[in-house]
Amino acid sequence: MGKAGREGFGQALLELGSENEKVVALCADLAESVKVHYFAEKYPEKYFQIGIAEQDMIGTAAGLALSDFVPFATTYAVFAAQRANEQIRLAVCYNQANVKIATSHAGLTCGEDGATHQALEDIASMRAMPEMTVLVPADADEAYEATKASAEYDGPVYLRLGRVPVPALTKGVGNFEIGKARKMREGKDATIIACGIMVERALLASEILAVQGIEVTVINMHTIKPIDEEAIIQEARKTGCIVTAEEHSIIGGLGGAVAEVLAENHPVPQLRVGTKDTFGESGPPEELLEKYGLTSEKIVEVTKQAMSKKNNVNV
Amino acid sequence: MANVKELKQIATRIKRDIIQISSANTGHPGGAIGAAEIIAELYFSRMRHDPKNPDWEDRDRFVLSNGHTCLALYSAMARTGYFSSEELATFRKINSRLQGHPSRHDLPGLETASGPLGQGLSVANGMALAQKLRKSNANIYCLVGDGELQEGQVWEAMMTSAHHKLDNLALIINWNNIQIDGHVKDVMNIEPIDAKFKSFGWNVISIDGHNLEEIKSAFDQFENNVGSPTVVIAKTVLGNGVSYMENEAIWHGKAPSEDEAQKALDEIGESNFENDLIFN
Ligand SMILES: Cc1ncc(C[n+]2csc(CCOP(=O)(O)OP(=O)(O)O)c2C)c(N)n1
Repeated sequence: MGKAGREGFGQALLELGSENEKVVALCADLAESVKVHYFAEKYPEKYFQIGIAEQDMIGTAAGLALSDFVPFATTYAVFAAQRANEQIRLAVCYNQANVKIATSHAGLTCGEDGATHQALEDIASMRAMPEMTVLVPADADEAYEATKASAEYDGPVYLRLGRVPVPALTKGVGNFEIGKARKMREGKDATIIACGIMVERALLASEILAVQGIEVTVINMHTIKPIDEEAIIQEARKTGCIVTAEEHSIIGGLGGAVAEVLAENHPVPQLRVGTKDTFGESGPPEELLEKYGLTSEKIVEVTKQAMSKKNNVNV
Repeated sequence: MANVKELKQIATRIKRDIIQISSANTGHPGGAIGAAEIIAELYFSRMRHDPKNPDWEDRDRFVLSNGHTCLALYSAMARTGYFSSEELATFRKINSRLQGHPSRHDLPGLETASGPLGQGLSVANGMALAQKLRKSNANIYCLVGDGELQEGQVWEAMMTSAHHKLDNLALIINWNNIQIDGHVKDVMNIEPIDAKFKSFGWNVISIDGHNLEEIKSAFDQFENNVGSPTVVIAKTVLGNGVSYMENEAIWHGKAPSEDEAQKALDEIGESNFENDLIFN
């Protein structure tokens, strides 16, 4: 087993402590969970504990950014993107403040804590905000790179980090660049566009499909905004049908973003794998992913459906 | 650095601006007029800032948390030279840099957006932390409304200021007893506010928010205070100096008609500091 996305983040942030004198970090009483504790231990003077007060943390981070620092504000996705939503809108985005909001425990893999803690709508709400960049890395290496790239980039970033370990997938697959999709596998029959932990599942699905004689492209869409329109349109032209897979609601997230690009540029059948307008519940991550249909088997099934829709279009 | 006599004239100018602009363009005159003396002292005497170099790193910063009172701020910014006073006429109009609630877009010297209440102190805390990290002597001033203190985030931020010993930060409460739906004590009582701040570890100073000597002395005390943030509880009168506005909640967000504006200007009196705005 590989490492969790949040581990890659923690490591990168620690390194940024010596590489970039402007980087500072904040947390709202979840330092170890979000892996900001490595940085906090090494750089106590550049680390601000704000207590269980996420709205205040976001505002404080904005003030630091407006004074030329590069703050990473950390907590769980639900407490940043959702509890502090309007603070992110006003103090960060409207101010064009250079704040990086790094969150973990999004999605079902938050696990036993249950639906209260499983943000399944955060990508949708962060994506809708002007100025915001939204990154959902697939594994620890990509989370590491995304963290470094966020620090370089001037502007608000929402960085959604995985809680559970994922095998190393992205190392050596080209360079990480914000807004540039990474092609993980090439095939002609269908395209699966995935983000976060679903990239691994999409790759597993592609192997199952290959055994059955179906060759699919797998795109790792680590940047949900600005989304790589060119890559999506190219795939639509090439394979003629798209499946999106995300650990998030099918409303407004990766699936929504891809659908918008297709509808306006090159309409082809698209099906979305994700949670179906529902809350999650308590349980071990793997069992939850199974129950809510976020598995490679499900992606296989949905990919075949998408392909059959493509064949039914006789215009 | 303006003295008390000059500041009186400047405050009168700010009040006249508020009346003229709100009358012509809509806006929130009441709370803004009540803050005129505080803003005059900050922009014309207290703060180290340079309108010609608005991004100067070591400037003192002013965070207007109750963004609806921005007319007082815009007037002070125009009259100190951040932009020309003619531009005040564009307030709340399309394509203006002077948004109904403050925006940083294209407006150098405006430190942070505000309007959604309760957020300013958090942002000010971040700025104060930044100055400490940079080892700069710059101070941060943050103005809030009294009704605004009902927002929970303010209390989170109050803890943060004290916990991180932000003695480079002064919070000023525009204590006019009034919010939209009536008197603060009737809508949601927040008293006793001095005891609350004290128990949160703040240096508490109570003043008459229209008395320029008291305002000056409060900020002197703030500058000499070490180890804790300072709150200046400034008792003000909503619409101070305009008889029909004083203490009337309706003037929180209502613009005066032309006749009302004339009456207000007559009561406020002339200012010998710069000219009246001329609108066409
Ligand atoms: C979060 C939020 N809720 C509601 C409002 C609407 N609102 C604008 S001003 C105001 C009253 C503010 O009262 P106070 O702080 O006492 O200011 P004053 O009336 O003295 O100007 C309200 C409720 C807002 N701007 N932000």
